[in-house]
This record gives sequence, structure tokens and C-alpha cells, in this order.
Amino acid sequence: MATTKTPDTLRRILDYSSRADPYPLYAELRETPVALQEDGSYVISTYRELTDILHNPHLSSDVRNLSHPVEAFERSGTPSFINLDPPEHDRLRRMAMRHFGPPHTPELVAGLEPDLTATVGSLIDGFAGKEQIDIVDDFAYPFPVTVICHLLGVPREDEPRFHLWVNAIIDSIDYNPKTDPKERLTNGRQATTDLREYLGGLVEQRHGRPGDDLLSRLANDDGPDGRMTDDEIVATANLLLIAGHETTVNLITNGMLTLLRHPQVLQRLGDEPGLVVPLVEELLRYEPPVHIIPWRASYSDITIADTVIPKGSRIMLMLASGSRDPNRFHDPDRFDPDRRDNQHLGFGSGIHLCFGGPLARRETQIALNELVRRLDRPRLVADPPPYRRSPVLRGPIHLHIEQGDG
Amino acid sequence: MRIVVDLSRCEGYAQCAFLAPDAFRMHGEEALMYDPNPDDARRDQVLRAAAACPVQAILVDQLEKRDVPAEASQS
Amino acid sequence: MTSADTLKGFKRDGRIVVVGASLAGLRAAEALRDEGFTGSLTMIGDELGEPYDRPPLSKQVLTGWVPADGTKLPRRRDIDAEWLLGVPADGLDLATNHVHLADGREVPFDRVLIATGVRARPWFVESEAALDGVFVVRTREHAESLQRALAAGPSRVLVIGAGFTGSEIASICRERDIPVTVAELAPAPLVGALGAMIGEIAADMQRAHGVDLRCGVKVTRLEGDAQGRFRRAHFDDGTTIDADVAVVALGGIRNTDWLRDSGLAAGVWGIACDTGCRALDLNGLITDDVFVAGDVARCPNPIYEYRLISLEHWANAVEQAEIAAHNMVSGQADRWPHLSIPAFWSIQFGVNIKSVGVPTFADEVVVTQGSVADRRFVAAYGYRGRVTAAVSFNNAKWLDHYRQLIETAAPFPPPCPTPDQPADMKPVPVDFPGPTLLAQGATVVVTGHDPSERRVTAAWQHR
Repeated sequence: MATTKTPDTLRRILDYSSRADPYPLYAELRETPVALQEDGSYVISTYRELTDILHNPHLSSDVRNLSHPVEAFERSGTPSFINLDPPEHDRLRRMAMRHFGPPHTPELVAGLEPDLTATVGSLIDGFAGKEQIDIVDDFAYPFPVTVICHLLGVPREDEPRFHLWVNAIIDSIDYNPKTDPKERLTNGRQATTDLREYLGGLVEQRHGRPGDDLLSRLANDDGPDGRMTDDEIVATANLLLIAGHETTVNLITNGMLTLLRHPQVLQRLGDEPGLVVPLVEELLRYEPPVHIIPWRASYSDITIADTVIPKGSRIMLMLASGSRDPNRFHDPDRFDPDRRDNQHLGFGSGIHLCFGGPLARRETQIALNELVRRLDRPRLVADPPPYRRSPVLRGPIHLHIEQGDG
Repeated sequence: MRIVVDLSRCEGYAQCAFLAPDAFRMHGEEALMYDPNPDDARRDQVLRAAAACPVQAILVDQLEKRDVPAEASQS
Repeated sequence: MTSADTLKGFKRDGRIVVVGASLAGLRAAEALRDEGFTGSLTMIGDELGEPYDRPPLSKQVLTGWVPADGTKLPRRRDIDAEWLLGVPADGLDLATNHVHLADGREVPFDRVLIATGVRARPWFVESEAALDGVFVVRTREHAESLQRALAAGPSRVLVIGAGFTGSEIASICRERDIPVTVAELAPAPLVGALGAMIGEIAADMQRAHGVDLRCGVKVTRLEGDAQGRFRRAHFDDGTTIDADVAVVALGGIRNTDWLRDSGLAAGVWGIACDTGCRALDLNGLITDDVFVAGDVARCPNPIYEYRLISLEHWANAVEQAEIAAHNMVSGQADRWPHLSIPAFWSIQFGVNIKSVGVPTFADEVVVTQGSVADRRFVAAYGYRGRVTAAVSFNNAKWLDHYRQLIETAAPFPPPCPTPDQPADMKPVPVDFPGPTLLAQGATVVVTGHDPSERRVTAAWQHR
């Protein structure tokens, strides 16, 4: 029977009071790998069941396949590939990938390295003379924003405008009509419209003006799949702009927090910069930036762990719980950068595996290496730090540290 | 350095081809071709690629010193 | 002394000989040391040099990207072995537990692992096979010579046999802009492994890439010039083709000849063994001290009605090596069965072809996802109403799901629709040209995920 023994576990996870440490509740959730909720939706929380369903072709990312539409997920405009199924998903992702990675543009991410290092360097230069540093506002937010703006061709000086929109959108991802004020949803909707309008304006300017940024390339390129419509370009840019920094900010901040909580690892990383590579993988398992895929739909009946999930059901995927599953990872609650066989779910799995994963990895590897190299005896001011509201994209809203003799 | 990729595990995520483009190349959309003996100068890139593989299909030589086989005496 | 003491003593200072120093032999040796075997370990191999990987030989090496000697296998750990290389084994004496080498030496063992693999099937006329410009591809020397011949810019290459290796070589010729003719006895490429429907798709793919594909024809003679250089091939329909290079890609011969007088159940299909990789003798009795892994192993698979199946698959060699090594140093209660679902890949014409299961063990096939025209699809194979295999063209991320369908004896055709299901999805006969594996028998489902817990339980068939 799939009904969970502890029906309010999910509610407690989503509640803000659990944000600093949801992991014990994930353990409770895993007692029922596929848990039917009172509203008829299903929550999947164990590693094997998560990887199974992420490779199951009957799992749909198209909101139209939910039999009971959820207001917060309703489409506003052309969806991006994250909310589409094959073959449309594959086509649009392939067209976007032409300008971001292999096989067409394999050198892009590796070639960004000097830029990434320079950006990180100048942000850390800015710490000079400060007694207290906020790792979020002073570093982990501006760094990936600068990078994604540069890649997309979005003017960096417009950041204050789209920062507000993006915040409102993130805030509405997990809108719950029972508990949340209606404005959260309407603000998110308005922000989506505003952001799309803004991006649409940028796309319009790009037509007939070939350039190196992604918007110019998408607007002017005719590849084997043809050209994206302007609406598709806007939807893609919207996705990459949001995902490009709202997730990496958490990964970098969670990384610094975790290092400060594990001083021996921090020390080791200083002596052994190459450790950052497996360390970032362990972070993606232990403190991932994306905890939950809030919804997917069963396109037809899906049998998983002896439970039949009926066609049209809403399915919630607890990725961060799966990466802490003791049936898959030895001693899962230990942060172990030497961990072997670390096949975490930090970037998901299957056809929707994070589009920008390689960039996020390089950004975080360079950021942590440089922070550790240049900070002088960094210390946490508050533990736990204050968290952002979202249980989906989970991370501190500020991470204040002191360094030196301050 | 020596590497081998278990291509029956590989699902064509191309993460390696992003991170070490000289050693890992996509042949079409999904098929991976790689250099089993990449230059030592690429070591950092190759280690990043191996760590990033979503299905952990890339094996990097674990030996510093190789257990070099003595050639059999030719009667 | 109890059997546990005996085992302990064997693990401490027993003698293990591994015959075959390629992928399976190396991985088994590493696994033996991982399992705590501290006795003496001897690796016997007929080729000189360290173990190397073979799949790149028909791909990266032939494109000229990777040198033929650049595919040495990485090591998972030190194996502290004695290597006897460059001399093949030519006999196995189970009365005295000795391996005989071709140079007359005898190597004693307590337990032996046979991993002698496969060699290339040569062209059937020796004098024609000896012509300059006639190649096979199995060893790195083969690959190196063929690479040099391709780099010289031949006017045309003839590939004899359109199985996976032959098709991969044809693909590389086209990539290098070399005219290529492929001659295949069957009605289409890959048809022996994947059936008529996929064969037709493979044929279209070859022709779209400019391959001169000739199916249903037999090459009867390879003709050389006065200098002994290959110049022309004759077909059984009376036609000829001029070419400078001929690649004989007619599959492999399992290296079991050396076991002729050993009393083991060894033959052209390999050496019969149980799922624990323990060899069977001619009477069908399980031996205690002889184990088999890799391309020469002929292992029963419960999912395929306990049929003895031999597979020339990379992953199969690795998995059997680990199972065999574990069982060589484990007591009866700790033995592992080899229950993996076979998996295979081939890279050709820009397409990643992957399979799970045993496609020849099927009576019907259906495209379940994607588009054949775009060469992005998954096809499921079924036998008597259950899923037994699947093949993907540039759609590998879904194959794990089909592996589960096979393991759970799921109904065929898969009843539930997917978002990218072709509109005209309809099972067709799988249509293999030769004798297939079909028969009635048991159906099982696989449980457990780790080697230590994987078992099967009997299941009722659907319908």
C-alpha cells in the first residue's frame, strides 16, 4: 500500500521551519518510497524509484497531461523544453545545445575558464576592507548572473529589473492555494509576463545582427532543425536565465557553508585544489541546489515499486532525498568528498538532466577553490544561516562570514 | 594517462565532451568517441570529465606505477 | 579441515592461473585481488604487451585519431601477477591441474580462469587472404595496418560482411571520404543480430551516407595482381568490383581449440558453464576449479529459458570476470549468479545504436518511441507476449526502462502509450534469416540490484 504512514511529512518538509534541515524528514518520507497523498498526488523519495521513473517514458513533463490542473503550473505562453516531452523537448533542447555544447559547440564551457576565473577574482577583490562578507550577495549571486548574462547577451545593468521578476517567479513555483496568499501566484504570473516581454524585446533587436551571444545565435541560426520561433527563443532564454543563476547561487553558497562546517575538508581543499572536483560532486549529492521536482504527470499508468500510479496523476520527485538514500549511498548523511561511485541526483537524470550542469560545475569548482585560497580563516557568523523561502530551490538567503582578525 | 569508457553504461549525456573536449568527442548527437590515452597535460580536464559522468562510466587508471608485464621469453 | 579452512588457505596462498590477458582476464585478476586473494596469480596471453581495449580499434583508431597502441586498458589496482605473454596456451590437463603452453612449458594451478576470447575469422582461401590489401580487424596490429591502408587514400574499400564491425568500418570509410562497397550475404546489414526491420533501417542509413551496399551477394574470389596486391573481388552473381583494400568482417572464432582434449564442454559456441561461471565438462558435470569468462563463456540465462548464451559484448566480459573472480574465492553459500541483462553498443554513421536483452530471442518487434525516419527511436522485441530485448537509435536514455521490462517479464507489446509513440505503432514479425533461439520454457523475473542479491524467481507468463 502506497499511502504514507505519516501523512503530514510532506507538509512539514514544505513548511519553512524545516528549511535549514529537511533531511530527517526525507528519511521519514523514504519509509514509503512511493507515497500517495490526500490530494491524489504521489511523492517519490527513494533513489531507485527516482532513477526508475526519471527513465520511464510514461512520465510526462507536459502540464496538459495532469488530470487535475494545478493553478501554479498552468502554462503562461510558450513552454520551454523543461516542460515538454519528446519529440518537442528533444528538438528544442537540441537547437539550444547547438550554441552551448557538444557536438556543435564543444569548446564553449572549457573556453570560459579564463573569464570565470577573472570574474571570481574581481568579486573577491571587492571583499577587501569588509569586516563581514555575505557570500550570497557579495559573491554567489553576482558571479553566475554575470556569466549567464554574458552568455545569453542580456545587459548586466538590467539585473536589478529581472532580479525582482525572477524572485517572484521562484516564489510562485510551489504556490499552494490552501496556505499561500493569492498575490504570490499573481505576482509570479505578472513577473513571467514582464520577463518574457523584456526578453522578447532583446530577441527582436537581434534579428539580422549575428553575434556571439546565445540570443543572437538562436535568432539568426538555421540548423538542421530549422530556426526557433521568437516565442521559443524567449521561452528558452527565460529558462536559462532563471536556471543559470538561481541554482548555482545555492550550489556555491551551500558549498561554502558545508566547508565551514567541515574545517578539516576546508583545510584539505586549501592544500589540494584538485579535491574540488569530487567535492563538488559530493555537494551535489549532500546539499544540492535543487531539492524537488514539484510536478510531473503520468502519461499513462506507471507501475513503480509495486504501486500503480494512475494516468494523469501528479508526481512529485524528491531528488535530494534520493541522494541521501542509505540503500544506495553508504553513510549518506556524511559529507565525504572521497566518496566513490557517487551517482547522485543533483542534476536529475534522464532526458531532462540539467542543461547547464557542466557550466555550474566549473563555476562552483573555480569559486570554491578561489574562496578557500584567498579568504583568511573564514568563520560562520550564524549557523544555520537564514534560508530562502523555497523548498524547491533550497539555499541560504544570506551567508555572513567573518575573516582575518575581524 | 589511460582511460576507458563503459559505453554500455554511457547514455550520451555528453558531460565529458563539455569538460574535456580534446579527449571526448560526440559523434552525432549521442555517440561518444574518446581518446583512451589522452595527453597528461589534459589530466585535470579528464578527471573533471570522469567525475561529472552521470552514469559513472569513465574509468581512469588508478595506478601511479604500472604493473608492467615482463615479456614472455621467446623460447 | 573444514571447507572454510580450505578456502581460507587457498585465498592466502593458492595458485590461480588466468588464461587470456585481455579485458576479461585483467578485470578478473583485479577483482581477485580486491576479494582478498593473496596467493600467486599468473596471467597467460598470446599477444605481447599489456592488455588493451578492442572496441576503439574499429572506430577511433581507424579514423586516424588514436594510434593503435594507444588503447592500453587503465588499471583499477595493482594485481601483482606473473605475466607469461607472447605464447598461447595449447592444452589443459585437469588430471594434474596444469596449463600447457605452446613452447612446452607447464604452468600448475589450483584454480584456472579461461578467458581466451575470440579471434577474427579469416578469409576462407588462404592464398587470397595473404594478398596485400586484405585485412581483418581484431588485434591492434590488424587495426594499425588497416589504418595505414586507409590513410594511403585507396580508390575503394570492399567490406565483406555487414555485421556491427563491418558496418562501423564502412562508416569510417565514408567519414574519411573513401568510396566503400559493402557485401553482405543476408538481405540487409545487422540483420543477423537485430532482425529484418532494423536491418532495413541500417541499409537506408548506409546508402544515405554513400555506401555502395550490396546485399544477398556472396564474394567468391579475391583477385590479386602480379605483385600480390588485392585488386578485384568477384561476386556469385557474376559481377566484379575493383578495390585496393578488402576488409574481411565475418565475425570471430572462439579460442577453444586448445581445450580439445581437456574434457571440458568446449566447442565452436564456447565453453559451457553455469551462471556462476564454473565450467561444465563434456558430461555436463560442474567442475570445481575451472572458471570461464568473456567471449568464450557460454552461460545459461534464466531470463532466456536457461539457454546457453555466448556473447561478444564488452560489458558481459567485465561482469563475468567479476562474478568468476568472486566465485573462485568464495564458498558455496556466497556464490553469485551472473544474471545481467546483455547490453551492446555500436557507433556508426553518426548514430549511437544500443541494445539491451537478446534481440534474437524474439518473434515480434515494434517501434515504441520516436521516429524511424529521423533515426531517433526505440524498438522493443517480444517473445510470446513478453518483452525480451530493446534496441535504440540515438535514444539511449530510455533503455534502462526496457531493461526493467525484460527483468520483470513485462507484457509485449508494451500496453501503455508514451508521448512520443509513433502513430502507426504495430508489431511486425522479427524475421531472422537463420535458426533462432526460439522455444518454449520457463519465465522468470529478476530481483535484487547488487551482485550479491541478484536472484530470479519463477513467474507466470502473460496471456
